[in-house]
Amino acid sequence: MPDLRLTIFSVVVAVAALVLVVELLRRRRLREKYAVIWVVISIGTLVVAIFPSLLRGIAGAIGIQTPSNLLFFGSLLVLFAVSLQLSREVGLLEEQSRRLAEEVGALRLRVDALEKKNASDAKPVAEPVVTPAEVEQRS
Amino acid sequence: MTTEGLERVEISVNGSTPAPAQRLLVVLPALNEQESVAKVIGEIRAGRPDAHILVVDDGSTDRTAERADAAGALVMRLPFNLGVGGAMRAAYRYAHEAGFTSVVQVDADGQHDPREIEHLLAVRDTDVVIGARFAGRGSYVVKGPRRWAMRLLSFVLSRILGVALADPTSGFRLVHERALALFAEHYPEEYLGDTVESLVIAHRAGLSVAQVPVVMRARETGVASTNPIRSAVYLVRVVVAVGLALVRRRPESEHR
Ligand SMILES: Nc1nc2c(ncn2[C@@H]2O[C@H](COP(=O)(O)OP(=O)(O)O)[C@@H](O)[C@H]2O)c(=O)[nH]1
Ligand SMILES: [Mg+2]
Repeated sequence: MPDLRLTIFSVVVAVAALVLVVELLRRRRLREKYAVIWVVISIGTLVVAIFPSLLRGIAGAIGIQTPSNLLFFGSLLVLFAVSLQLSREVGLLEEQSRRLAEEVGALRLRVDALEKKNASDAKPVAEPVVTPAEVEQRS
Repeated sequence: MTTEGLERVEISVNGSTPAPAQRLLVVLPALNEQESVAKVIGEIRAGRPDAHILVVDDGSTDRTAERADAAGALVMRLPFNLGVGGAMRAAYRYAHEAGFTSVVQVDADGQHDPREIEHLLAVRDTDVVIGARFAGRGSYVVKGPRRWAMRLLSFVLSRILGVALADPTSGFRLVHERALALFAEHYPEEYLGDTVESLVIAHRAGLSVAQVPVVMRARETGVASTNPIRSAVYLVRVVVAVGLALVRRRPESEHR
């Protein structure tokens, strides 16, 4: 039988993780598409914390001698998948922001050209209009 | 200069053959090149008074943009640094939309002699024309790992494209209509991708690539980026860039 203190400790950690995820979700800090995976992971952690025998059973079934190794292997896989997904998303976002930057550059160029054209069309350059308020501010 | 001028039909300067009404845009990617940019613009003007000049400045901290503007070029300012590749993609996109049929890229640091543009333009029926060092003319020397990298790159790309390419990383290149349409959409903006992968993309799209030997000048101002460690890193990146270019799928129209 595993130590009761260990069970309590792991249950507390798992519950904390779950609460954190739910709280982030509630505050709309976590997008729905990522929420599912994090909820599943934290519930999984909780279940394993409460029933460590489950882990031992599965480890035995697939021939892993030490149950904790199954845990490590599992978490490694999950973390790998998650960070790969995040890299992909970052790449996508970067590409999008680059496109936007290029578009902004082109638009600015057009605006500059238009402004210059307008300025030269209105040939007799009007006196800059100064409002009384501005005059007061200057003095 | 306004975009109005783009409506003009250009007339070939040295009309040996009645050149097709060519609308040429000269693009200078420029990052902190205030010392040289105006001079280069002047030289381009002198050789090709009919060409439009676009300077793409993405986050220079000096007066590059102001000086280019004062020298009479169009200046595209990008909100943050995109690298040469990103700057060129923005320029290609702009040129394509504004109705230019040819774009020639020239370094703003004065390394490319604008008079050589004529030699690039003299090549007919080719979609991408590269101004190449080491191709016979000029005496540009590179040593050490950087030289191996360039050799390797030149060898591999020549094999892939089936044409001799002495200097695939040259940023001195002329692009005509079909290639311009392709690059406006799909120009790799990663390091080395702009020069290397773009050639592979063009080749896979069925476009033709050719090189013309040119004489390049030494950097006029600022510092060139060469030291042994950088060069070694460069070698590794070259290998990665070529590898990526080869394994990547042909770009589908994923944007828009
Ligand atoms: N717009 C833009 N231009 C750049 C950037 N980096 C370099 N350039 C310009 O690209 C040209 C070639 O750069 P350079 O450092 O001389 O490269 P090298 O000739 O291959 O050594 C020069 O005109 C630079 O000003 C960049 O991040 N953005
Ligand atoms: Mg240079």
